[in-house]
Amino acid sequence: MTGLYRKRRIINAFNLAVSMLAVLFGLFWLAWILWTLVYAGIGAIDITLFTKMTPPPGSDGGLLNAISGSLIMSALATLIGTPIGVLAGTYLAEFGQRGWLGAATRFINDILLSAPSIVIGLFIYAVYVVQLKHFSGWAGTFALSLLVIPVVLKTTENMLRLVPNTLREAAAALGAPQWRMVTMITWRAARAGIITGILLAVARISGETAPLLFTALNNQFWSANMNAPMANLPVVIFQFAMSPYADWQQLAWGGALLITFAVLGLNILARVVFREKNPLK
Amino acid sequence: MDAFQNTITEGVQTAAYQQAQAKTIPVASLKRQYFYDLLFRNTTGFFAFLVLLLLLGIIASLVWGGWLSIKTFGFGFFASSAWNPVTGEFGAIVPIYGTLITSFIALLIGVPVSFGIALFLTELAPAWLRRPLGTAIELLAGIPSIIYGMWGLFVFAPIFADHVQPWLIDNFGTLPVAGFLFRGAPQGIGVLTAGIILSIMIIPFIASVMRDVFELVPSLLKESAYGLGATTWEVMRHVVLPYTRVGVMGGILLGLGRALGETMAVTFVIGNAHRLNFSLFAPGNSIASALANEFTEAVEDIYSSALIELGLILFFITFCVLALSKILLLRLSRMEGKQA
Repeated sequence: MTGLYRKRRIINAFNLAVSMLAVLFGLFWLAWILWTLVYAGIGAIDITLFTKMTPPPGSDGGLLNAISGSLIMSALATLIGTPIGVLAGTYLAEFGQRGWLGAATRFINDILLSAPSIVIGLFIYAVYVVQLKHFSGWAGTFALSLLVIPVVLKTTENMLRLVPNTLREAAAALGAPQWRMVTMITWRAARAGIITGILLAVARISGETAPLLFTALNNQFWSANMNAPMANLPVVIFQFAMSPYADWQQLAWGGALLITFAVLGLNILARVVFREKNPLK
Repeated sequence: MDAFQNTITEGVQTAAYQQAQAKTIPVASLKRQYFYDLLFRNTTGFFAFLVLLLLLGIIASLVWGGWLSIKTFGFGFFASSAWNPVTGEFGAIVPIYGTLITSFIALLIGVPVSFGIALFLTELAPAWLRRPLGTAIELLAGIPSIIYGMWGLFVFAPIFADHVQPWLIDNFGTLPVAGFLFRGAPQGIGVLTAGIILSIMIIPFIASVMRDVFELVPSLLKESAYGLGATTWEVMRHVVLPYTRVGVMGGILLGLGRALGETMAVTFVIGNAHRLNFSLFAPGNSIASALANEFTEAVEDIYSSALIELGLILFFITFCVLALSKILLLRLSRMEGKQA
């Protein structure tokens, strides 16, 4: 029996060691990618990156128009997507327990959450860009807002479900109508969780490239016109990185460093908000 | 907890205060509140319905946009490897093959690694290490896909071509049956590179689902097995895994769904060649990267229509995979509900 026992222990030790290696495998790529970004991108980070426009190849420039375009479109997309996501999530958590609409929306939303973002770009292209016959900042904004909705919807629903029913009953017992109960009790209780969801949605869209390729396109110049093609960081990074010019590639690395740390920072911020401020967890 | 109490009492007090002010509630006010309730419920319901409409809208717009191509090529679209914008001949075999093979490679690497990570984080890691390690792994999912692409093209591919591919060619290229997979010039970019980078990208998704479902296993079951003298691995293999099999499958399919639709990372490293080549080192194309690369250049109607039909195919495949994943995960949670 000792032989068998030893064999089992060896198998156990081996497999557990392998599982530790798996974690190291994951961390290894994370470290490598972040190191690459810092190493290759830090040289491009200086004041001109934030003050100058994207240059033609061979001359000096920065990413100002791309950064501002990304900020404008992400902000507007969040403003459009958040209310839709929050209200739909509220329906699922508060009213949609029975009936087909709640179940169907929940199911479809989970699929939209992971659906390829390039297809969302195609959709906006077909229903908006083709109809207006030009690429525009609005088209990019709409595409991004469609990516915001599923994230916000899901977190809102999950957070509202964590609100104890006794609170709802307390409000009802005081004679509060349902809309008051939701807006004044359950939304307040779930506030930190919903904000977490919004932050995660912002983090997700800030790095998205695929849905912008044929909606917002790109613009080499400063433009705050939402009805014209609009520069944005991800597409500029894509074009500059794929170009043969060394100075463009350098700018692309700078932009990549910027965008990654912004997105990871948002991710971590969302976690901190959730942990520190959320009374429900 | 204090902040929580405060928000709640605040809300309840305001409601109570308004009640006290009113003393007796006039019928008109009740009617008004009833109307507001109806309005509120229907507004939220409308937005929920909007999400359903969005899905229908996506499908309808893709069918509409791809109709010219569907009509022109019919089922032949799936049987042709042609891709010639000049003569207007298009077939979907190359991008579909590229999408499937890169995702398959991604699963081959990603699933065991994710399992290891989930095992370590649920059973082995000391409590203080779980959160930071878990967060670090999840940050892999936060890195934008374009960054994976740039890193893959400029950093990973050259190293891969210089150090790994020659070794693979020498050692596996001569295998009797599978050798053809490992032949060709070590260019760095290609199907295998795309698959490897995809695997890194889907690990956090699969690992996170696996972690969640492993934590659903009742401690009673695990402790019984430990009580009988089972090792940690045996508990994992013979208790946890059978119990959570459905959920684990759901997690794997979720990862697959992600891999199939991944665009930018693949676009950088797959090589964008519309040629059917079964070597893993050869450049290929995936549906998503064909769209990303060619869509803005496609001026002819039939060209852009063929690309949109590709998008429709991609959406259809990912929809099925993700729906199946969701159904499996729902089944696990229902099972859980029954036992509780």
